[in-house]
Amino acid sequence: MLELTNATAVSRREIPALAADAFRSALGDALRGGARLGALFGREGAAGEAILTAVVNDDGVGASRVVEARVRGGYPSLTSEWPEAQAFERELFEETGVVPEGHPWLKPLRFPPRPGGEGAASIPGAYPYFAVEGEEVHEVAVGPVHAGVIEPGHFRFQCHGERVLHLEIQLGWQHRGVEELLRGGPTKRTLSIVETIAGDTTIGHAIAHCELLEALSGGVAPPRAQALRGVALELERLANHVGDLGALAGDVGFLPSASFLGRLRAEFLNATAEICGSRFGRGLLVPGGVRFDVGSEAAAALAVRVEKAVRSVQAAADLFFDAPSVRGRTDGVGVVAPALAASLGLVGPAARACGLARDVRRDHPSGIYRFAYLPAVLAQHGDVFSRAWIRLLEAERSAAFVAQQLRSLPGGPVRVALGSLAPDRLALSLVEGWRGEICHVALTGADGRFERYDVTDPSVHNWLGLAMALRGEQISDFPLCNKSFNLSYAGHDL
Amino acid sequence: MSLLDILRVRAREGRQTVAYPDGPVKLPERFRGRPTLDASRCPDGCERCAEACPTDAVGPLGAGAGGVGLDLGRCLFCADCVEACPEGAIAFTRDFRLAARTRGALVVQRDEALLAEALGQKLRELFGRSLKLREVCAGGCNGCEAELNACGNIQFDMGRFGIQWVASPRHADGLVLTGPVTENMRDALLRTYEAIPAPKLVIAVGACAISGGPFRGSPAVRDGVGDLLPVDLWLPGCPPHPLTFLDGVLRLLGRVQGGREAEIVRLPQATSESRAAAGALKGR
Repeated sequence: MLELTNATAVSRREIPALAADAFRSALGDALRGGARLGALFGREGAAGEAILTAVVNDDGVGASRVVEARVRGGYPSLTSEWPEAQAFERELFEETGVVPEGHPWLKPLRFPPRPGGEGAASIPGAYPYFAVEGEEVHEVAVGPVHAGVIEPGHFRFQCHGERVLHLEIQLGWQHRGVEELLRGGPTKRTLSIVETIAGDTTIGHAIAHCELLEALSGGVAPPRAQALRGVALELERLANHVGDLGALAGDVGFLPSASFLGRLRAEFLNATAEICGSRFGRGLLVPGGVRFDVGSEAAAALAVRVEKAVRSVQAAADLFFDAPSVRGRTDGVGVVAPALAASLGLVGPAARACGLARDVRRDHPSGIYRFAYLPAVLAQHGDVFSRAWIRLLEAERSAAFVAQQLRSLPGGPVRVALGSLAPDRLALSLVEGWRGEICHVALTGADGRFERYDVTDPSVHNWLGLAMALRGEQISDFPLCNKSFNLSYAGHDL
Repeated sequence: MSLLDILRVRAREGRQTVAYPDGPVKLPERFRGRPTLDASRCPDGCERCAEACPTDAVGPLGAGAGGVGLDLGRCLFCADCVEACPEGAIAFTRDFRLAARTRGALVVQRDEALLAEALGQKLRELFGRSLKLREVCAGGCNGCEAELNACGNIQFDMGRFGIQWVASPRHADGLVLTGPVTENMRDALLRTYEAIPAPKLVIAVGACAISGGPFRGSPAVRDGVGDLLPVDLWLPGCPPHPLTFLDGVLRLLGRVQGGREAEIVRLPQATSESRAAAGALKGR
C-alpha cells in the first residue's frame, strides 16, 4: 500500500493495483494493525472490470495508506470480518454491481435513481425490512417524514412491549447525487455543492475540499487564512455541540437548559456571521484561503464575545448535568461498548464517548492544527450522558482555541491564487468536523479534472452505532439516543 | 441544583427574544440580505457575473426581456458575482425582508424592497392568529431546517404570533418545503401535502426548494417544487435567516406591513487579485 499524509496528493501510477484476494488481505493486515477504513469506492475499469480504491487511516502513525484492486464480478467481503466496512461495501455494490462476497446484509444504501426508472418513490413498500416474529412482538415504523423539523429517514423498530429488540435504520431519501455532480469539476458550482453536502457542516466539508485542491495544485493557504479556517471550524463545532445539548435537554423535558442553550447556539452562529455574513459560514472558504479577513479590533471583540458566551453555556449546562431528573434519563442509557464502537468504526464524539481516542485534529493534523494542539476529550461509558458530556468539554476547549487564535492572528494576506490541478493524482483530505472524521478523496484525470470525487461524512461511520445503542432499550428513549448521536441524513445520502 | 440556581441563570441571561417586529433588528455588519442591481453600470456584452455565478442566477436576461436580472430563487447569496463584477453594479444590502407571493417577483432588476402581500381577508381570518405548519425536508442539507427550528426557539419565538410547528400534517394549516425535492422524497412530500386539510398554504423555503439550488440538473432531484404544489409564499436564501422566514409569514398573514429603507452593506470590492484568485479554478 502507498503511504500518504493528510492534505497531500500522490501520483496514481504509484498506487499498487492488486488482485482481489491480495487487496482483501492487504486491507485486512492494515485493519488488524489498528488502522481504520476511511474510504472505499469503485469505478468502471477497462473490459468489464471494476477498479476499487481503498484508503485506511492509521491514527497511531499519523498517516494514511491507499491501495487499488481490479476485480471482475466480486471479491471476498471485508465486512464479514470488519463490520466498519459495511456501509462502504453496500455503496460499492449499489454503484458498481461488484459483489462483496460474504457480506452479511447487502441491503440498499441510498436508492440512487435507476436510468429511465421512476426513482425510488416506493422504497418503504418495496423493501423487505428485517422482521422479528413471535407472540407479542410488534413493529413500529417511523418516517421518512418525522414529527420534528428534521431530515427524512425511516426507522423500523422490532419491539417486545416497550423494549426494542432491533432497530433498522433505512436511509436514502435525501440522495441528491452529490458525487455525480462533483465529477468533471472543479466548476464554478463545485464549492456551493460541497458547502451543502451537510449544511450544518459547511465549514468542515469546505475545508476538506479546499485543502484537497491546494494539495492538487501545489498551493498553500496563507497562515492567516489557516488560522481563520480553524476559528470557523471550531465555531461550527461550538454552535452544533451547544445546540445538541439544548436539544437533549428538550428531549428529557428539562426546559431551562433547552431554552438557554437553544438561544446560546446563536451566539456562535452569529460569530461566524460576523466573520463572513452567513451564520453557517457559506462563502467563507475559497480554494487558496478565505474570502473575508477580520480586523484586529473586530477579532479581539469576537474573542471576548465567544468567551462570554461559553461561560453562559457552562452555567446552562451545569443545570442540566446536575439535575437528578436529567441524569435518570441519560446515565447508562443507549450504551455502546468500546469494543463494539471500535468494530463499527465509530468516529467523532460518538467514538470518544466510548473511550476511543480518535481525533483528526490530533492524529492527522493539517492547516492550523499542525501548530495549535487541541487535546482529545474522552469519556468512558458510551451512554447518552457520555455523549452529552463530551460535547460540553469539547465546546469549552474549542472556545479557548477560538479566543486564542483570534488574539494572535498571523499577519499577511488571507488568500492566494492557485495554479491548475495536477493531472493523474489521488488527493486525500481529512477534517475533524463536529460529528467526526470527514474524508474527501479526489482522482484527477489526464486533464486535471475530477474523474472521481468521493465524500465520506462521519455519519456514514456512525449510523449503525445508533442502531446498536437502541438494543434492549425502551423505545421511548429513541429520540434521546438519536439526538445524542445527531447524525446527518444528507451527509450520508449525498 | 435547585430552583434557585435555575432562577439565577434565568436572571443573568435576561430576556432573549428579538425586538422584531416592533423594535430594531440587529444583524451582523457583513450579513448579506437582498442584493441590488444597477444595470446602468453594465457595459454592453459583459457577462462576468453570469460566468461567476454558481447557479446561473444573475446575468443578462434573454432577448426581449432586456437588461440584467438576478433571480433570487436561484441565488445562494455567496457574493461570487460581487467579486466578479468590474463595475460594482451588484451589491448586497442588509435587508432581510425577502418574501414574494409569486415566483416571478423574485427576479431583481434594481433596488426595490421585497415585501409580500397579505392573503385575502377570508384566509387571514382563518390563519391570522393561529397558523400550524408541517415542515417537509425533501433533500434539504439541514441548513434551512436548522434556521426553521431556530424560528421556534426563545430568540425568534414565532409562538408569540400563534405560529407553530406541528408533528402531524392532519394538525397543520400549511406545508413548509425545504430541499430540491429528491426523487426519493417526491412521493412522501405529495402524500404529506394531501394529508393536510384544505384550505392550506404552501411555503417554499430556500434556493433548493425554489429552483434546486446547487443541485439543479441532478437526475436525483426535481429542481425544486416546480409544479408539484401550489406555492403561496417564496422565501429565498441559502439558508434564509430566521427573521426572513418570520417576516415573510407575518406579511402573508397581514400582521406586518410597510417597512423602512434597507441599509447597504459594503462587501470587499473586487480587485484584480481577488478576481484572479476567484477565477483561477473556475475553468468551466
